[in-house]
Amino acid sequence: MTSAWLMMTSSALLAQTGAPAAMAGPTLAHYLFVSAAMFALGLIGFLTRRNLIIMFLSTELMFQAAGIALIAFSRFHLNHTGETFVIFVLTIAAAEAAMALALVVLLFRRRESLDAQQWDEMSG
Amino acid sequence: MQVTLIDLATSSVAAALAAETPAAAASGTPGAGARLMLIVPVLTLLGTVLCGLCAALRVKSKLPAWTTVALLAGSFAAVAATFSRGEGVLSPVIAHGFEWISIAWGGWGSGGLGHGITANFSFYVDSLTLLWMLFVTGLATLIALYASEYMSHDAGTGYCRFFAGFNLFVFSMSCLVMADNLVLLYLGWEGVGLCSYLLIGYFYKKPSAVAAAKKAFIVNRIGDLGLALGIFLIYVQFGSVEYATVFEAARPYIDSFRSGDFAAIPAAVQLIPILLMVGAFGKSAQLPLYVWLPDAMEGPTPVSALIHAATMVTAGVYLIARTYPLFLCSEHALPVVAWVGTLTALLAATIGMAQFDIKRIMAYSTVSQLGYMFAGLGALTSVGAAFHVLTHAFFKALLFLCCGAVMHGFAGQLDLRRLSGLIRVPGWKVVGVGMLIGCANLAGFPFTAGFFSKDMILAEAFVTPGMAPIGWLLLLTAGLTAYYTFRVFFRVFVGPVSFEPGDEVHSHAHDEAHTHGHSSDHANTHDQAPAHASTAHGHFHPHAPGWAINTVLVILSGLSIAAAGLYFMGPHGGWVASMIHHSSADLPAAIGEHPSHGSFLGMDPHKVMYYVSAVVGFAGIAAAFILHYAGRTSAATSRRADTLSDRLGVIARAARAKWYVDEVYDYLIRTPLWVLSHVFHLVDKLIVDGLVDLFGWLPRAFGRSIRPSQSGVLHGYAVGMAGGLAVILLIVLLVAW
Repeated sequence: MTSAWLMMTSSALLAQTGAPAAMAGPTLAHYLFVSAAMFALGLIGFLTRRNLIIMFLSTELMFQAAGIALIAFSRFHLNHTGETFVIFVLTIAAAEAAMALALVVLLFRRRESLDAQQWDEMSG
Repeated sequence: MQVTLIDLATSSVAAALAAETPAAAASGTPGAGARLMLIVPVLTLLGTVLCGLCAALRVKSKLPAWTTVALLAGSFAAVAATFSRGEGVLSPVIAHGFEWISIAWGGWGSGGLGHGITANFSFYVDSLTLLWMLFVTGLATLIALYASEYMSHDAGTGYCRFFAGFNLFVFSMSCLVMADNLVLLYLGWEGVGLCSYLLIGYFYKKPSAVAAAKKAFIVNRIGDLGLALGIFLIYVQFGSVEYATVFEAARPYIDSFRSGDFAAIPAAVQLIPILLMVGAFGKSAQLPLYVWLPDAMEGPTPVSALIHAATMVTAGVYLIARTYPLFLCSEHALPVVAWVGTLTALLAATIGMAQFDIKRIMAYSTVSQLGYMFAGLGALTSVGAAFHVLTHAFFKALLFLCCGAVMHGFAGQLDLRRLSGLIRVPGWKVVGVGMLIGCANLAGFPFTAGFFSKDMILAEAFVTPGMAPIGWLLLLTAGLTAYYTFRVFFRVFVGPVSFEPGDEVHSHAHDEAHTHGHSSDHANTHDQAPAHASTAHGHFHPHAPGWAINTVLVILSGLSIAAAGLYFMGPHGGWVASMIHHSSADLPAAIGEHPSHGSFLGMDPHKVMYYVSAVVGFAGIAAAFILHYAGRTSAATSRRADTLSDRLGVIARAARAKWYVDEVYDYLIRTPLWVLSHVFHLVDKLIVDGLVDLFGWLPRAFGRSIRPSQSGVLHGYAVGMAGGLAVILLIVLLVAW
């Protein structure tokens, strides 16, 4: 629900800034907007959900949002460094995802639950 | 003083270069004979190692004793051979061992005075050294033989430990006496202190022995501080710690002394003998540091005889005699020595008169006789002091060994009220006669060695200007000495036969003598059973000394008598005088003849003193005879003596309580120190520890206050991160605007 509201307000915002009617092609702002929206969605998902897998997916969403922003800037500056960087990041993210999912499976086996609040032994 | 060394010359060469030269010089010029003295420390150290090995191998036989006796006899032979070859007798000879401490600074070729320090492991062999070494090694051999029997009840590790300590003591003593520099002397000085501590605490399961050992060590520490400071000051003033150099450097001051011009001598030089004297007072048990010696009797008797009567406690006398030229550099040093010695002699004699433990009486008499030696040194008769050291070494060792034989045979009984008429108990004749000879010497009975040596000091005290009061006090002490000495003899060795055993019964190889008429299981288990002694009462049979003890007693009796002959070997003081005149303790060479002759009631003290001291001695003996022999019917009481001590009341009680000196020290020194240490403890606990604890507590408290933020809940951390991000964004936006 919240995300839907956010989508609406963001599009209204975009309309206010006065995008060209002809829509000559997506500009940097569009990409950044998508990136920011994805990051916000990921953050909200991470904060509100308790299911470990969903939380993990939310972090991935934030990750990819950052990737989109990098590529957008890279394209904007006509410099391929950002794109190269994102390819590397993706590779590593894939490995990290495999590991994180394995950890989630192990945690699930421990408690027969995916609730993140089940684990609070690290309190000070 | 004639110094035949080339060492003096070489001392100005850089120490690095000098490594070879002194050795060549020492072995080249004075002949190889003095090098024989180097065997003494080697043999004794070897003995320590061998006895230690015996302990490690759990030897149960008398092997360590025989090893010790053989090695000590070898040491004595080496000293005697050196002496008989006359090496070092007429002028000092240096026997170079090895380079020990050699440091130079201030650039190449300036290793001279004040630019370096040389303390070699070398021996300064002159007649004073030889005199001391002869009786140290000789007595050590005899007492080791005695101890082989005396300590036999402790066969095993304790036996080995005893003889290891014994050897180590002789090693340290030889370093002390033969050192050619003050640093090596200090090594020996501390070494004998250590051995004394170890051997007093030989019965380490006995709390009183442990306390006595600690007391001896701690009291000696005060003296040792003085000695160490004295040595430092000698180095600062004279730029060397080697006797030959120091004496040479002190020569101008002695000239000032001769002309009576003390103002010409710097105060620092005058301070040196004062500091050295403190060391001597500690080691030789003089006021105010004498309190450790009577307690030191907790050690085995051979130790008391060798260390605490004959040899170690004379180290203070040796130190003063050795550094006599330095003592002459000070206006007040020798009078102070004389007065301290005299007062100690008097005080210890009065305490000795009231004691009942015969070994303790002997201990006080040792303190008292050491006081005579110091008085002799102070009264400018180093000859008399050295002669008294020599005669005292023989007769006091003899007296102690007789007391030890009594203690050994009567199960630790030393109370003169529980022993009587021992000379008539079968097998005790040798001990009784030995005791008589020792007592006669100590009491200054005419024509005994002790008579001549004490006489020399007394006469000289009257001769030396300003020392007459000392002479009178010493004369009084001589009478007291004769009284308490013969009090022991008349109570313990003559009179009606009666004895009770003490409370310790040794298990013996031949203990049928002990446990006549007892069940055999009792005989096997009576090792540490105080109850046994009371059951043995009535059946007790004293255990007469065996051949080793008797042989040693006979030899020592002979030596005590023969020592009198030394007085007639040569003019003016005999053999000892001829020895002293060729050493650093020689007086006439330093100051020439006495400026004036004092007098004793208008007569020449040298001539009249023989008769005076004989009369005084007889008076003391007669007093002891009347009070403790005539009319005494039982061991416990002597009617006349008891009446007299009742009449004296407080004085007698105070003397018996050793004039409450220990209590006064306890009250004046120990208690304030104890209180102070507790105050410091509180300061440490509250302030120092409190500060340290505060700095430990602060981080912990800080951590405790922020710890709840670590909730362990994943969402909590996520919110924290998001919040942080929000704050950063806000700041960025605000700044951007």
